[in-house]
Amino acid sequence: MMPVRLPSIAIVLVLAAMVAPAHAATIEITMENLVISPAEISARVGDTINWINKDVFAHTATAKNGDFDVTLPPKKSATSVLKKAGTVDYYCRYHPNMKATLKIEP
Amino acid sequence: MLIRWSAAIAAAILLSSPALLQGALAADKPTDPQIAHIAYTAGVIDINAAKQAQKKAKSKDVKAFAEDMLRDHEAVNKQALALVKKLNVTPEDNDTSKALSKQASEKLAELDKLSGAAFDKAYVANEVVYHKAVNGALETQLIPSANNAELKSLLQTGLKIFQGHQQHAEHVAAELK
Repeated sequence: MMPVRLPSIAIVLVLAAMVAPAHAATIEITMENLVISPAEISARVGDTINWINKDVFAHTATAKNGDFDVTLPPKKSATSVLKKAGTVDYYCRYHPNMKATLKIEP
Repeated sequence: MLIRWSAAIAAAILLSSPALLQGALAADKPTDPQIAHIAYTAGVIDINAAKQAQKKAKSKDVKAFAEDMLRDHEAVNKQALALVKKLNVTPEDNDTSKALSKQASEKLAELDKLSGAAFDKAYVANEVVYHKAVNGALETQLIPSANNAELKSLLQTGLKIFQGHQQHAEHVAAELK
């Protein structure tokens, strides 16, 4: 069975890679020890941000322009899909010293 | 002997004089079980103050500030409890903790007599002074004295978050004027 199966799996994987849109990426942004990293990152419309809170504190990722406001309970993560292009400064509402920038390309 | 610097912390909280705190603190080193107790007590004090503020505060900003204090200090104290359990350390009551608690219950009683804008102002003003004193103690005494690396690291995280609280309190205090 094995020698027959492996090539078919390989074909499926190749097909899957071809079908997925090339630019839809998942980008991780981590909050740890009251620091957002990376502090500045570029993404594209359609990309998913995986927000990871490694702290024991609750944080938020709140866009200054109101585009997003994600609440992250302690030690939890959340995802959001970017819908609008632009350079967005965001911060944590609970700890305003935590600041970062997301550059969203069309 | 913790008597000298516990008195100094109490005095610093009363007089809001970080210089005095720093000057008098240098003499003695608290042990890790004492440091854990002091840090936990300091957290409980601010949690109780925040609970009082949630009931009495009038301003939206002050209510939001109290909510932030409650959330963060409870998180730090939860972490502190988990750490002492893991390290099998029993926090040890001491003169500094006692002085802090005594000061705090007096302050709670004092603030309890106030209401409305007068309460808001007095609560936030005390939060500025209190965080300043606690941050000073963390920076100059508690963090340098801590032996255990994990305890030291937790205190450092605490300092970072409490410095943010101090700024926040200063900001709210300025807005209330």
